[in-house]
Amino acid sequence: MSEEALRPYTLVAELTYRCPLQCLYCSNPTTTAGHGPDLNGETWRRVFADAEMLGVVQVNLTGGEPLLRPDLESLVASARGAGLYTNLITSGVPLSRERLVRLQACGLDSLQLSFQDTDAYAAADIAGGDFLARKLAMAKWVRTLHLPLTVNVVLHRSNIDRVPEFIALAERLGAGRLELANTQYLGWALTNRHALLPTRAAIDRSRHIAEAARVRLTGTMEILYVMPDYHTDRPRACMGGWGRRYIVIAPDGRVLPCHQAHSIPNLKFESVRDRRLAEIWHHSPALAAFRGEDWMPQPCRGCDRRAVDFGGCRCQAFHLTGDAYAVDPACSLSPRHALIKAARASAEMPITGLIQPRRLRTVK
Amino acid sequence: MILAEFDRPRLARNVRLRADRMTGKSWLLYPERGLLLDGAGAEIAVLCDGALTVAQLVNQLATRYTDVPPQKIAQDVAQFLSALADHGLLETELSL
Repeated sequence: MSEEALRPYTLVAELTYRCPLQCLYCSNPTTTAGHGPDLNGETWRRVFADAEMLGVVQVNLTGGEPLLRPDLESLVASARGAGLYTNLITSGVPLSRERLVRLQACGLDSLQLSFQDTDAYAAADIAGGDFLARKLAMAKWVRTLHLPLTVNVVLHRSNIDRVPEFIALAERLGAGRLELANTQYLGWALTNRHALLPTRAAIDRSRHIAEAARVRLTGTMEILYVMPDYHTDRPRACMGGWGRRYIVIAPDGRVLPCHQAHSIPNLKFESVRDRRLAEIWHHSPALAAFRGEDWMPQPCRGCDRRAVDFGGCRCQAFHLTGDAYAVDPACSLSPRHALIKAARASAEMPITGLIQPRRLRTVK
Repeated sequence: MILAEFDRPRLARNVRLRADRMTGKSWLLYPERGLLLDGAGAEIAVLCDGALTVAQLVNQLATRYTDVPPQKIAQDVAQFLSALADHGLLETELSL
């Protein structure tokens, strides 16, 4: 493959899986069994410089909750020092105004803040604690410091009808960008799918409201509405293709094509502890496993959308069918598409079954 | 958004302009996104400093590209600035 075809633009640095929140759709793994300890600051500094050499220009510092790293200030400084546009993806907990000032002084370029709901009780139900007031206080500090703000909302069954409230909130907070991202059903979200997946009608309502606001706010606030692939009949271009534009590095240093790939068994992802990032990016068999089109089954291989969706989500194929090489069931051409249709049908029914809040199980 | 000749465009606070290591082109980086500019775009972007009006910016480029009709330069600049503004990447101040 040519150098340009293999050029990553964005590094997603998962600094830790620890988090004070317990959102039931968290994209972190459902178990940390087999995971190593968090990378130290020195290794991250090397990784930022190596990523920049590979052509990366954006870094998302995320987690878990990146604010739980006591050395976050120096990580921001080294990412920015390497020339990367440095974005902090955070729940806003725990943060003081003084620390935010320090992070900005270290070169933080922008901040993405999550909101679970505009209703305090509903938000606490999702996050496992009452954090809304602290998030609002933080958003005000962000605004007074003129730090570019993205508001992120994960949409699901119980908040999707509050899209107008989310838009109004983001406007009042002076956000430059609002992400209204429907849950994708992997990790904790797959465990709790029965409580999360909205009906098609609810999605269409919220999508039309978001579209009208997007037009009205052009030039002031960018609004991004992300559909759940359970309702699109076509797979989503997960991460813009496996091992193509994004590098995700898990807290223990393993280099992944997405947040969930280490949940696929039999793929051995290498760690930046053992090998330099550029070597892993170019030579890791696991990162090459689903690059390009050679791995594709039929009908993907002959499909005219294969350069659009890159064959969809491999993690979803594995977790729904047991075979990471299968056609993504989100596609209506998949022989297993009935799995998706059954989930859609259950979205029309009342919620039954237990909800499992995200908990980090530390396995020694 | 359409800019007037007397507007003084400046790259917004969320924007960072830097050279691309692989191609030598210029990046306009902003939250979670980036635009890789061609030569003309990069030249316009560096002139968006909040001091020059759109008209002055066009004049500067016209002195550099004497073989391009000024109306064509004005058109290209207007189109480019309007696209940047729609992405929320420009702040404009009136020169009143």
